[in-house]
Amino acid sequence: MKFTEEHEWLREEGGEMVVGITIHAAAQLGDVVFVELPEEGITVSKDDEVVVIESVKAASDILAPVDGEITEVNAALADNPAMVNDDPQGEAWFFKMTVSDPSQLEEFMDEAGYQKFIA
Amino acid sequence: MTGSDTTPLHGLHLELGAKMIPFAGYDMPVQYRAGVMQEHLHTRAAAGLFDVSHMGQVRLSGPSWEAVAGAFETLVPMDVKGLADGRQRYGFFTSDAGGIEDDLMFARAGDDLMVVVNAACKAADIAHMRAGLPGEISVDALSDRALVALQGPRAQAVMAGLDARAAQMRFMDVAELEPGGLAVVASRSGYTGEDGYEISVPAAEAERLARLLLEHEDVMPVGLGARDSLRLEAGLCLYGHDIDATTDPVSAALTWAIQKVRRRGGDRAGGFPGADVIFERMDQGDGPRRVGLQPEGRAPMREGVQIFDSAEGGDPVGHVTSGGFGPTVGAPVAMGYVPHALSAPGTGLWGEVRGKRLPVNVTALPFVPANFKR
Repeated sequence: MKFTEEHEWLREEGGEMVVGITIHAAAQLGDVVFVELPEEGITVSKDDEVVVIESVKAASDILAPVDGEITEVNAALADNPAMVNDDPQGEAWFFKMTVSDPSQLEEFMDEAGYQKFIA
Repeated sequence: MTGSDTTPLHGLHLELGAKMIPFAGYDMPVQYRAGVMQEHLHTRAAAGLFDVSHMGQVRLSGPSWEAVAGAFETLVPMDVKGLADGRQRYGFFTSDAGGIEDDLMFARAGDDLMVVVNAACKAADIAHMRAGLPGEISVDALSDRALVALQGPRAQAVMAGLDARAAQMRFMDVAELEPGGLAVVASRSGYTGEDGYEISVPAAEAERLARLLLEHEDVMPVGLGARDSLRLEAGLCLYGHDIDATTDPVSAALTWAIQKVRRRGGDRAGGFPGADVIFERMDQGDGPRRVGLQPEGRAPMREGVQIFDSAEGGDPVGHVTSGGFGPTVGAPVAMGYVPHALSAPGTGLWGEVRGKRLPVNVTALPFVPANFKR
């Protein structure tokens, strides 16, 4: 698993990247009550706002970590946004995407690096 | 605005793991470890303890109750003279333009009037009272006192366990109590829509009182986050958001707080700032109106969301002044202003969230029925 400075994680699965937010980020957001997911099939650029997470108090954006295409979104989050608090690095992934420029993955941290980053 | 001031409970907040934020010049707990959702639901199910010491406690005293109450009636459109000893009332200061300068609670304690005002307005309110009241009325800021609120259906049992007299108090009663031997002044009120008490205590004793209340298994510390969602579900205005100097009591749907005796035709009609403007608005009955707004979907409509009367095009007809997720309702809830003609419950409107128009319905307030002990 790789981690971004925006507190996202990326996990490779069948040539695509599965993207979610970290346990640390979920704890900071507090109780998540609404997740607005992107449309499947759209092309995104790194740092595009692709997901909006609404906690009880505020809305936060999740950015596309790399250039690519959104291939699948986690529809279960629409019905059960609290999953983001319960299992942010497992069941509560947000979307899957292709990676058009693999070199963009090089800057991301590994788990140990991320733990140091948030310490 | 900085968060440099602290309340007498600041150390306790940190010890309880509170997440602190700057609020009205104070460093205040927005939530504790349980989080906003749990704190909100616990308050509705049992009892929540809130530090509201940042609010201003002010004592007005003078040669007689008549003098004090009469003087205060020149600043507020409320029936002050008719207030019985040991009773409390909701009110607001008005401006010459008919706007709301701040909202407040006032209570009669013998010949004195005890006023609780919002933290962000307290310096201006004290100056306003000193300037507007005759010299024989002294205006004393009780800065050596803390204020905590115990709110929720278990509040009575908790307080009565510490002083049995607490159970005899009705909604809006004020009494001196001695929980755990501490001399406090408690009102049977709050700002969550729940039964409960607001307890004024000497600053030096505040932490002892808070710990005494928190010892009870039904009591959980609750921060400003849940206080906001609780008062929103209860349909109660937050000053600076739902009401301010640009909103008058008629558009704010607060005319219920203006007693008949102070209205046109009443024995002590008018005599407060902006009376003519406010009476005219009461007669006209048009203009914008504060309403409840219930979004149909799951997306919260927060403060600033523009309201439209059509799914596409046109200018906004209103806006959201408070909005978020209502944990007890289990759905997004909001309040805002819409034209009078669109203010009937059931009216279907649209709120624009991130560029998309989403359906929202005008709803009667409150979202959650009040649970006061009448």
